[in-house]
Amino acid sequence: MSVESLPISKRIIQPSRGWLDLNLRELWEYRELVYFLIWRDVKVRYKQTLFGAGWAILKPVMGMVVFTVIFDRLAGLSTEDIPGPIFYFAGLLPWILFQDGVNKSSASLVASRSLLTKVYFPRLSMPLASVSAGLVDFGLSFLVLLGLMLYFAATLGVQAWAAPLFVLWGLAASLGVGLWLSALNVLYRDVGYVTPFLLQAWFFATPVVYSASMIPEGPWRILYSLNPMVGVVQGFRWAMLGIGEAPSLLAAVSLAMTIVLLISGMLFFRRMERSFADVI
Amino acid sequence: MAEPVIRAEGIGKRYQIGSLQTGYQTLRDVMVDTARSTLRRQSDDRKMDSNHIWALRDVSFEVAEGQVLGIIGPNGAGKSTLLKILARVTEPTEGYVEVTGRVGSLLEVGTGFHPELSGRENIQLNGAILGMRRAEIRRKFDEIVEFAEVEQFIDTPVKRYSTGMQLRLAFAVAAHLEPEILLVDEVLAVGDAAFQRKCLGKMGAVAQEGRTILFVSHNMAAIGRLTEETIVVEGGRIVMRAPTSEAIDHYLIAGMEQVGERVWAGDQGAGSSVPPFTPLGLRVIGPNGKVTAQVSTAEEFELEFEYALDESISGLRVGLYLSTSKGEPVFTTFDTDDPDAYRKLESRPAGSYVSRCRIPANLLNEGRFVLGVNASSFGVRSYFTDEFALSFATDGSSAPGSHWPEPRQGPVRPALEWEILEAAK
Repeated sequence: MSVESLPISKRIIQPSRGWLDLNLRELWEYRELVYFLIWRDVKVRYKQTLFGAGWAILKPVMGMVVFTVIFDRLAGLSTEDIPGPIFYFAGLLPWILFQDGVNKSSASLVASRSLLTKVYFPRLSMPLASVSAGLVDFGLSFLVLLGLMLYFAATLGVQAWAAPLFVLWGLAASLGVGLWLSALNVLYRDVGYVTPFLLQAWFFATPVVYSASMIPEGPWRILYSLNPMVGVVQGFRWAMLGIGEAPSLLAAVSLAMTIVLLISGMLFFRRMERSFADVI
Repeated sequence: MAEPVIRAEGIGKRYQIGSLQTGYQTLRDVMVDTARSTLRRQSDDRKMDSNHIWALRDVSFEVAEGQVLGIIGPNGAGKSTLLKILARVTEPTEGYVEVTGRVGSLLEVGTGFHPELSGRENIQLNGAILGMRRAEIRRKFDEIVEFAEVEQFIDTPVKRYSTGMQLRLAFAVAAHLEPEILLVDEVLAVGDAAFQRKCLGKMGAVAQEGRTILFVSHNMAAIGRLTEETIVVEGGRIVMRAPTSEAIDHYLIAGMEQVGERVWAGDQGAGSSVPPFTPLGLRVIGPNGKVTAQVSTAEEFELEFEYALDESISGLRVGLYLSTSKGEPVFTTFDTDDPDAYRKLESRPAGSYVSRCRIPANLLNEGRFVLGVNASSFGVRSYFTDEFALSFATDGSSAPGSHWPEPRQGPVRPALEWEILEAAK
């Protein structure tokens, strides 16, 4: 018998208590499963579609075209003196990463109902994989962004090195929200109906089709920055296009909010996890 | 005795009945419930308790390394809940279990398959879900494909597979897991006979390798073949732990108080039968014409099934299924086995009937038997089935050859004709 590299481990199964046990070590032990789940999500995402992975690109491109026509040409909203298409596209990329992540992860547990009630694995791996799988789409459309920037003769500044950090930040925000929603969804299927509205409102609270500089200075700015995606979208645009101010106090508010969301999401998720199999 | 690899101490699992019934709650339900229970809180605290059931309570046991332990019990007894706790799918409400080693579960085939992915991809995915390492999956890949007999279709999406192929593939992946402790829940209830044989064979092989197995099944023959010791779970408690044959005996006989006769009164019969068929009673009738729980193997006796039809049924056939107390089938017989009888009763008009079957003398061996009954129109519909309707005992004190006191093997002990010839010189 060969159970390679697995020490005989003693485990106690008992009712769990307390809130503060994230058990991330176990998640690490199951990293191969997380990898396989991401791989599955990526593989399955565009199966039996005509355009296949083309949708990863089409989605932001279509958004960009619509926004350019309506908000740039018709409404004449400020795009901070850079061509509308790249302004919108650079805002849409982190937003879609966030939006898809929230959508997919909030449904992830309920969609794997049969698995959840029969096999043990760290439940965190489900929403985590759903959110991470969005990176592949992001990567593809990122190439399009580079192409667009080349076309509009925009140049990458030194601050471009920070772009990956904002992508990570976006993932963290998405996971934070996804953890809350996926766990709630197990209990209340209302989540499935609420999520689209939540995301729609969230979209307009995020500077994708407008610039955050439109928000009046003062306490409103602070309130506005409580939206983690304000920091992400502004920051990503700053890194890629060099517009707006460098991340400041407001970005710090956004970041702090993201961390709060992520940690509270994990704690809530872990707390609810015990009863997932019983109520799903 | 070897070191126990599973040690359960007083585990219990409580479920809320409300949420079990409705499946899941909506936000509105919760708000209404919360408001209601806040209003009620002082008046009846006791009521809250009746909303819970204990699916499992005070369960303690140990399993030694390399042991193959069977778990049997009626539906809803808590067998699956027990395995789910051991598999860490659900948490116990109280008590604890100490588990040494990796636990793998073979709970239900097909869980975790993604229809859009190919067989190859699903093997990798499912393996990972069941806790296999990538290297392990790669090493066993060919073996799994061969066991599942899907070589040709390995790159076809699983949604194009037949049910049988999916089943074979799923079992193959799970069966090639190599955990120290394997939990098996009723996997043999699916698939055709050949597949079931194959699964049983594989499980036997796994047991031979010295792995610890916990095996839940309603298939007594399989339990008897694979396990040496079995626990009986009833009403959420372990009521018995004994050598398998004894445990099966206990389980099959348990709850059959009215040994020798079974009466389906009003609701009980109507609940499990399909109108217009109503079962009334099943009896063992001794040579003196009286109901009895014990018959002599040396005398003939009768088995009779009484039932009523509210409307006429065409093609009805009443069958009796005799098996030993270990669950091995002995014979199956139908009241319309005789083609003439069948033709004559092509359609049975409404009324009360008794189908009576005569069991010849010197057929059965000494022991305990379980009688099941079934009424159906063959290939059309089944009206009533009770696999363990009653049990009775046979006394072999005047059986052929009883001047030798040793017990005879097998469920039958027929009086056979012998010739003893002296060989020609």
